[in-house]
Amino acid sequence: MSDSPVDPDEVEHIAGLARVELSAEERERFADQFGEILSAFEALDEVPETDSEPELTNVMRPDEVRDSLDQAEALRNAEETEDGKFKGPRVS
Amino acid sequence: MAQVQERSDLAVVIGLEVHVQLETETKIFCGCSTEPAAEPNTRTCPVCLGLPGALPVLNEGAVEAAVKVGKAIDADIPETTEFHRKNYYYPDLPKNFQITQYDSPICQDGELECTVEGERRTIGIERAHLEEDPGSLAHQGGSIDTAEYTLVDYNRAGTPLMEIVTEPDFRGAAEVRAFLAKLEEVLEYLGVFDPERDGSLRIDANLSVVDADEIGADGEIDEAVLEGANRTEVKNISSHKGAEKALAYEAQRQKNAVERGREVEQETRHWDESRGITVSMRSKEEEKDYRYFREADIPPLQVSDWKEEIEIPELPDARRERFQSEYGLSEEAADKLTSTKQVADFYESVAEAFDPDLAATWVADELLGELNYRDMAITDIEERFDEVERLIELVDDEEITVKNARETVLRSMLDDGDDPDTIVDREGLGKTSGDEVQAAVEEAIEENPDAVEDYHSGEDGAINFLVGQVMQKTGGSADPGDVNGLLREALEE
Repeated sequence: MSDSPVDPDEVEHIAGLARVELSAEERERFADQFGEILSAFEALDEVPETDSEPELTNVMRPDEVRDSLDQAEALRNAEETEDGKFKGPRVS
Repeated sequence: MAQVQERSDLAVVIGLEVHVQLETETKIFCGCSTEPAAEPNTRTCPVCLGLPGALPVLNEGAVEAAVKVGKAIDADIPETTEFHRKNYYYPDLPKNFQITQYDSPICQDGELECTVEGERRTIGIERAHLEEDPGSLAHQGGSIDTAEYTLVDYNRAGTPLMEIVTEPDFRGAAEVRAFLAKLEEVLEYLGVFDPERDGSLRIDANLSVVDADEIGADGEIDEAVLEGANRTEVKNISSHKGAEKALAYEAQRQKNAVERGREVEQETRHWDESRGITVSMRSKEEEKDYRYFREADIPPLQVSDWKEEIEIPELPDARRERFQSEYGLSEEAADKLTSTKQVADFYESVAEAFDPDLAATWVADELLGELNYRDMAITDIEERFDEVERLIELVDDEEITVKNARETVLRSMLDDGDDPDTIVDREGLGKTSGDEVQAAVEEAIEENPDAVEDYHSGEDGAINFLVGQVMQKTGGSADPGDVNGLLREALEE
């Protein structure tokens, strides 16, 4: 076991949220790597906070219809389709 | 383990999350049309398909609709409101996140009044925020758990939604139903919502049972008590009626559990409309699992001043009161005539052209009554309002009798689709002219000396016989009251 602030169970939970299956070895390895990533981000804590006004506000477009893709184009990247729909695995 | 309690000791506490589709021309973050399409995946573009590099741009129309809702529920529109990403991995949204609002929703701290069994109730609205609707999934070859595969249509993905979150202010399923009806009415008046549209209203409800003693006389409940009570979230409710049934069921289920000394499990439950029960759903993500963070592609929104600029129409409650004071209508008539915006608008146009009382009788009683009887709505005859006005004009000008107008013309208009003048001609309903009636009166007196004698000897029934004779001669188109008067006049001469 490492002394990473992230333990393998947490990695497993995150993987579950992303619907990714990990091996036991990967869980251990990623726990260490997650720890490293988090500590890298800790560097940001050193940066002084500033109040910056956002440059942009109220970026909107009028409610006007623009052409959509046609069905064949919309489905072009899909590995599998059926009846004009994207086809994927069961998602319970 | 919980104490076994008597049924009367338990009270129900309900809060709602109501999702309503906003009526706009285009989706919330792209220019794809929101019109229902005949074919799947024909209302999509790189933005709503979540293709890499696509940039969402907020629809001004959706923001305007949200501000209108905010005004109608008397909510605060904060100085700045922002969008967030709600991360979850499910194919109903192709980006693996939903753009929504998290800690700075566009509407905050509102309320809506409704009437439940004659009693006014004010329901607090904690917040109402904008978000995108997911696409539609079809689980093929079984139920959601047993399907072989899934088919996805993204036509709906990106339709603007408003999620309206109430305070836990409901104390029963009937209150929920009344509130939803009121909310729909208001949204319809605002012109931001179409109740006829499939899936335009979806409801999740949080329900718990607590000791009845914890609820004050004013319906208030201590927050700590509510925190301590286990609640269930009931999903998949899609109508007022469904909400009342689902929540009545769920309330009873929880009460039964508590009465039997069991603890109510804190969980998400699915309303199964066809079976009329709620079933446990395997619990999904907790709030922290959604890993909300700012949507950097949508700059902050500062629209608090729109609240002053955007006009909203007169809302049903205000209109109801005005109808009573301006047109002198009874509360009941005013209620009926403001039931939908179309009815109210039509009434006002009729009241302007004719007498407000006559208009009220014809719109509220005759027209709505006959429509109701036929399971029709005012919207079904919207194109024929001029014909209804013509019918009222015929009555107002005394060209046809009220009885014929009601029993023949209006019914035939609705059943056969004819216009009033055609029906009047076809059925020969035009009121017979005075001369013809007078002639018929004289004929009847001539032909029935016995009845005349009876009348003069004080038998009042004889006049009815003579009226009948005249009515027969005029084909029922004379006014019986007039005939009666004319007969008496002639007989006294």
